Amino acid sequence: MIRVALRGLAGRKFRAALTALAVVLGVAMVSGTFVLTDTIDKAFDAIFSESYANTDAAISGKAPDISFEGTTAASPSVPEGVLDRVRGLDSVEAATGSVLDEMATKILKPDGKAINTQGAPSFGFGIDPAQAQFNPLKLVEGAWPRQSDQVVIDATTADEQGYGVGDTVKIATLKPVREFRVSGVAQYGSVSSLGTATFAVFTIPTAQELLERKGQFDAISVAAKDGVSPEQLVEDIKPVLPPTAQVRTGTEEANEQSKEVSEFTSFIRYFLLAFGAVALFVGAFVIFNTMSITVAQRTRELATLRTIGASRKQIRRAVLLEAFVIGLVASIIGFLLGVGLAYGLDWLFGVLDLDLPTADMVIAPRTVLFAFVIGIVVTVLAAFVPSIRATRVSPILAVREGAELPRGRFARYTPYVALVILALALALLGRGAFTENLAIGSRLLSVAFGVLLLFVGVAMISSKLVRPLAAVVGVPGERLAGVSGFLARRNTLRNPGRTAATAAALMIGLALVTFVAVLSNGMKASNRGAIEEQIAADYVVTSQDGFTPFVSGAGDAAEKAPGVEVATSVRAEVGKVAGTDKYVTGIDPDRISQVYNFDWADGSDAALGELGRFGAIVDKDFAEDHHLKIGDRFDLLSGAGRDATLEVTATYDPPPFYQLLGSVSIAKATFDELYDRPRNQFTFINVPGEPSDAAEQPLETALATFPDAKVQTREAWITEQDEDFNQFLTMLYVLLALSVIISIFGMINTLALAVFERTRELGMLRAVGMTRWQARTMIGTESVITALIGAAIGLPLGMFLAALVTRALEQYEVRYAVPLASLIVFAIVAVVVGVVAAILPARRAARLNVLQALQYE
Amino acid sequence: MEASQDGSRDGAVVTAHDIQRRYGEGDAAVDALRGVSLDVERGKLTAVMGPSGSGKSTLMHILAALDRPTGGYVTIAGTRLGQLSDKDITKIRREHIGFIFQFFNLLPMLTAEENITLPLALAGTKPDRGFFQDLVKRVGLSDRLTHRPSELSGGQQQRVAIARALVSRPTVVFADEPTGNLDSKTGGEILDLLHESVENYGQTMVMVTHETRAAASADRILFLADGEIVKDLGSCGEEEILNTIREVTLT
Repeated sequence: MIRVALRGLAGRKFRAALTALAVVLGVAMVSGTFVLTDTIDKAFDAIFSESYANTDAAISGKAPDISFEGTTAASPSVPEGVLDRVRGLDSVEAATGSVLDEMATKILKPDGKAINTQGAPSFGFGIDPAQAQFNPLKLVEGAWPRQSDQVVIDATTADEQGYGVGDTVKIATLKPVREFRVSGVAQYGSVSSLGTATFAVFTIPTAQELLERKGQFDAISVAAKDGVSPEQLVEDIKPVLPPTAQVRTGTEEANEQSKEVSEFTSFIRYFLLAFGAVALFVGAFVIFNTMSITVAQRTRELATLRTIGASRKQIRRAVLLEAFVIGLVASIIGFLLGVGLAYGLDWLFGVLDLDLPTADMVIAPRTVLFAFVIGIVVTVLAAFVPSIRATRVSPILAVREGAELPRGRFARYTPYVALVILALALALLGRGAFTENLAIGSRLLSVAFGVLLLFVGVAMISSKLVRPLAAVVGVPGERLAGVSGFLARRNTLRNPGRTAATAAALMIGLALVTFVAVLSNGMKASNRGAIEEQIAADYVVTSQDGFTPFVSGAGDAAEKAPGVEVATSVRAEVGKVAGTDKYVTGIDPDRISQVYNFDWADGSDAALGELGRFGAIVDKDFAEDHHLKIGDRFDLLSGAGRDATLEVTATYDPPPFYQLLGSVSIAKATFDELYDRPRNQFTFINVPGEPSDAAEQPLETALATFPDAKVQTREAWITEQDEDFNQFLTMLYVLLALSVIISIFGMINTLALAVFERTRELGMLRAVGMTRWQARTMIGTESVITALIGAAIGLPLGMFLAALVTRALEQYEVRYAVPLASLIVFAIVAVVVGVVAAILPARRAARLNVLQALQYE
Repeated sequence: MEASQDGSRDGAVVTAHDIQRRYGEGDAAVDALRGVSLDVERGKLTAVMGPSGSGKSTLMHILAALDRPTGGYVTIAGTRLGQLSDKDITKIRREHIGFIFQFFNLLPMLTAEENITLPLALAGTKPDRGFFQDLVKRVGLSDRLTHRPSELSGGQQQRVAIARALVSRPTVVFADEPTGNLDSKTGGEILDLLHESVENYGQTMVMVTHETRAAASADRILFLADGEIVKDLGSCGEEEILNTIREVTLT
């Protein structure tokens, strides 16, 4: 029996290969994801373990542990004097201080624009080259900086921007742009690329000056004398530290930093795995369908096996074995492809300017195991129902003309089962979307399973929708292709279940594409609305990437530019307010209302005048959460470790989708007292009259020495954010394209099997006067109709899911806006998918030898 | 129908000139037809008989432009088939040839009427309603037109197939064992119907069969053996046919 199954498979190599492809891509996605994220993890681990390889103890500022929406408060610096005190300790062999700033150092491209790190750090280091043992950086060429005009830059930047040793490079820091000579090029330990991150290394005094850390270090690395354990060293150091500093062993410090990064990589991992799961899910549909059809077509063969003594169990096992072999082969190919895909994904992120740090490719045993288990399990599971169907073949069918697979005992319950599944799906979706106080994990799980069941349920019920849908989407086909179109539509109705299952695979991909398109369109609309509601300014100054803060000096320069009517900067940082971590903004009370429209909940513009030193404007939600009314007091702890007691002056109600000011806004002067090196989130500018090139020119000039800052009109700023949404959407499209491609394989499979099944019929059609072109058009139109059925179900389903999520995000005032143009494009994509899928089967149908086809059994 | 005839020899609508058909090459070569020449006469039912392997099916396939001879040539309605392209052959099929198959070969997803008019639809023309009504009445399907093949008996299905072959009023209809898949009573009815259509419409028809009863309804009977026409009889009874078969099989 085993031999029969394997021989059968060998006899249908092409079909088996096409079936396997459906799983191959999913497996490739999953293993590629693991390889990629493992590699990134390894790169970071290498960075941290190498950074602290010779460091027994690391001293740093005690971070206030404030973190809001991914932004963590920077640690305060450590006074220089600590280094001397540490060096004086008996257990200390050597110690060095260094300067480290993550944001402010912007290397300029030769064209004078700052390199955009897309939110990745742009490090500025001050390193003592005499203490090389503590230095995590490795020179690729040249020498460490010895003079204040020298700099070492990272190898990736040197490479991409064409900077070499001896070249002049412009760098902006907290100070305006300055010229440096490249004394060397370095990399971070053994890590070849830090992704989009950049670094520049200065002498310590230069770094202290540029990064405004006079007399301070960000970190002190200490090596212990022989025989002193790191733990002992830490105990020895503790007494000499000021209260704002802390000490940890080198290993602890490395682990601490690794932990933060691995949260980031595991986000990427789950994000990509989700698309792998979608691909596998679609693949399972394709396999289920293909196996069902082949079992149906082999009815006579199976019946013959039964007549010569095969048991039902043997038949079932033979089908499952076939699936197992397909799954195994698919896993092997998928895994190999996955390793290639890891490069591809890295490239994809690179194209989108989201380069990730990389080292040598890591292929963990877990990745291999996972690839095989998932490939085989998905295939065998998908083949389970077809294998049961195969056992229903009774021996008598071996001798009947046109033997057909009997309907199962339970087939008539299918619609009810589908309805139950749909109900369950909606319940899960409802739970995930609308239950309050549900942990994010179980919320996502609810939604994921809900969507999964929704697709299964819709696919099951959709065989009932095939007839009416084909009647509608078949009309253009009939108009264009005449009798071929007419026959094509009838062909899709011959076996509605099969058509439905084929369309379902495409339906899933299209539903998800529609979902993200509609949701992102709604978000774009909400974003625009939120900005237009709040901002009355003509111009907005932001950093190059638009979301990280920029040096306050840039805002000051813009404010002083000629022709400016009103200009005001908004400082922003995280802070602990009334016990919770939030954004805190610093505003100019006398000018903010001219560029920012407060939607007062309790108070008026007059409240701004009463802000004083410790007054605070808070948003309504914050006030409600903390039961604050005008006149109530609460505490603020800044990232620098300073605190203040604030008094609520007024509350306002900002649009929740994009709240430009923090939950708490205080006077800029107070903000600057509470935070070190305060930075701007925005600088808003009004010019007399309408924005014009003439008005913009002086602003550009003023910002010329602050390359990280850029000025644009409010409209341009909004458009830029639309672009960001679009870019993210493009990435989602690319990832979802995978499942659409898989569904194409499914369609090719079904069509090829249909052509094979209808060989004699095609021969007859040709004999009674069908041209090759008509045969081709017939198969093509059948394919397009099937694809359009997928679209006709998938698009509304995607819109429904988007509506559901929009409702769930009601508190953020996400709008529901259907991007009609995109939906039309998706429908066209469906047509193209149909046409592409039909190419080979249609060619086969057209080239059939009429005589042989007629004699075909 | 008369109008569709061009300048072919009066009386003959399909002619075969020294047709040879060889399968395979060298030692393994098999000659299915070894030089067959014949004229199919207009308005007559010609039966082709012969034991299996005699080449009767091959002959019909070649006459019907389903297969190409390795020697000689065929003309249908004055057009020499020769090396016509697939497109031209399809055109010939549309205009001049109708088929009746042993296994009916109806499209399961179409109704009887749609199946009947399929050749016209493929050619992009509409049926002549009067002729169509008359045709379905003659084949006895007037009340079955909206049925699917699966809702029809074997005999009814073959009637649909006959109507389909006749609907475009082709120059010649080829019937390949038209009663081979039917019980004898139904088979008899179908033979009567074929005969009637030859008489009523003056339809030229070539029928391959191994049933003496079927051959007995023909105007002319060709006997094939070993790839050659060994006997060419006019209309005759079953007994004579049986004798002839015995005769040709023995030689």
